[in-house]
Amino acid sequence: MNGEINPGNEIKIEMPPVSVFDVKPKQKKFPFDTIFTFVVRSSGLIIFLLTALVFVFIAVESFKVFGYLSPLDLIYSDRNGENIFEWYPTSNDPRFSLIPLLLGTFLTAIPATIISSFFGIGIGIFISEFAPRRIRNYLKQLIDLFASLPTVAVGFILLTVGVTFFDSVFDADNRLNAVLAAFGLSLIIIPQIASLTEEALRGIPDDIRMAAFSLGAGRWRTVKDIVFPAAISGISASVVLGFGRAVGDTMIVLMISGNAANLTLNPFSSVRTMTATIAAELGEVSTQTAHYHALFFIGLVLFILSILVNLIVKFLVQRIGFRNNGAGL
Amino acid sequence: MFNRFRTGAGRFLLAAVFFSMLLTSGCDKSASKVTIYLKGSDTMVNLCQRWAEAYMKVNPNVRVVVTGGGSGNGITALLNGSADFACMSRELLPAEIKRAETRGIKLTSVKTAFDGITIAVNSSNIIEELSLNDLKGLFTGKIKNFRAVGGDDLPVNLYGRDNNSGTYTIFKEMILKGEDFASATQVLQGTAALAEAVAGDKRGIAYGGIGYFIKKSGIKIVKIKGDADDKSKSPVEEDHPNYEEIRSGQYLISRPLLLISRSQKKAGMEEFINFILSGEGQKIVAGMNYIPLN
Repeated sequence: MNGEINPGNEIKIEMPPVSVFDVKPKQKKFPFDTIFTFVVRSSGLIIFLLTALVFVFIAVESFKVFGYLSPLDLIYSDRNGENIFEWYPTSNDPRFSLIPLLLGTFLTAIPATIISSFFGIGIGIFISEFAPRRIRNYLKQLIDLFASLPTVAVGFILLTVGVTFFDSVFDADNRLNAVLAAFGLSLIIIPQIASLTEEALRGIPDDIRMAAFSLGAGRWRTVKDIVFPAAISGISASVVLGFGRAVGDTMIVLMISGNAANLTLNPFSSVRTMTATIAAELGEVSTQTAHYHALFFIGLVLFILSILVNLIVKFLVQRIGFRNNGAGL
Repeated sequence: MFNRFRTGAGRFLLAAVFFSMLLTSGCDKSASKVTIYLKGSDTMVNLCQRWAEAYMKVNPNVRVVVTGGGSGNGITALLNGSADFACMSRELLPAEIKRAETRGIKLTSVKTAFDGITIAVNSSNIIEELSLNDLKGLFTGKIKNFRAVGGDDLPVNLYGRDNNSGTYTIFKEMILKGEDFASATQVLQGTAALAEAVAGDKRGIAYGGIGYFIKKSGIKIVKIKGDADDKSKSPVEEDHPNYEEIRSGQYLISRPLLLISRSQKKAGMEEFINFILSGEGQKIVAGMNYIPLN
């Protein structure tokens, strides 16, 4: 301060010009940060709560079925000493065996997973390892686009065009059958497996490939013996996820599997899956009946199946991943 | 000028304006419109849609919303209050009447048209006529080969609807006499899908509303008779439905198409019914290959 003091007169202080840095930020600020943190945290909590609540709700509603039926009734119906495996809840003599529906689900989901793994892994390997760099990104985007096709559109195309074609190729007893549904499911699962396989393979560092090349291995050999085994945990996880999607899909199987609750192991006959049963029957069923709660029980079975699938995926990615990638891959 | 919004108060103002726009965007001029909700039979959904469109053209301040889902869904929605009219391709079941009574709801039913349930096979099938007993045997799965009903040696592929369908219920009642459909019946979503399936399957046989089969190529509409010795009747005459036989019940599997509502109607519903029963409404019925009242 270079003020001068004149005794008896006023005190005169010369202030330096105000700098922008001296202005303190306003204290009363709208608390965006606090609100944002709160929103994000509560969203996380809501997801957890919702999942738990859905599970509890389905479990409670489905266990009420045992107020009407014995657990054995959900496996077979005993009619005059004969064990009948039929799902026919709207009959005057209702039968509630889940066996034909379980068979139906597996008869569509397992062939779909086999077909999709074969093509999906192949496409994934091609995009990751063999496709020219320039078209790789386009291919990847195309695959992702395919994976997000609306299932009702896939079902519609197969119902109008695909059926006739498949009929002329296979000449099966039922035009609408499990294999056709499996092909339909594959259309959406192949891209999913391909995309995840590609990501698993991309996760293997280029050093490994270079090392293999420098040891004289060709491209194919490198993929077959080095890269593919290293990525096997991610790839098998993608297959299991594909199976989960095949079990959970509703629209495609509802439209083209024929929906006849046959007790059969023949993939060329019409089948009815668990998902299609819920979709087709829940609209009409009266609440608080054995049928209503049996449909919830099917929902519980599906829920548990999807939890199992997720646990298997977690196991594959963590355990097998650690074992293989222990060397720092 | 946008610097103004950098300050806390400015941002708050901006957010307030934005949200008030969001809130008010829902209420436009149409708030004063009357909306009538129809829900029910998939057999009637296209017919109801046509009525709705034609009615809205002459009455722009009424909105008519039509959804399908099956007769059973329709009556459930009516009782829950989410629909004003239930479109029913069958009469009410005793259980449904009871449900309405326990809730203290009085129902009114109006006949709007007739429909003949049509039996269709692939056009390559040599079968021309079936008795009611043949139909029962076929659809319960007791007859597994067309040879048993006078056709070629050809295994039978049954096509049907899910239990939401009024046609399913009425067929079960009229033909199967309450017995179960064969578990090998392939269940499709909608009668159009059934027609498509039978057109492509030389072993196929299906049932459904007449409108979906009459102009479809690749299928043949089967004549129906009561007993093996009776004279068979066809629901079609050349390329249009056989009005007289269906209305009079001479064609054995015919049914009325109903609109069911609460007895206490809300504004606009009575006029809509009158429109349907008027000459113009009934002309739409004929145009959709259903059977007008007279």
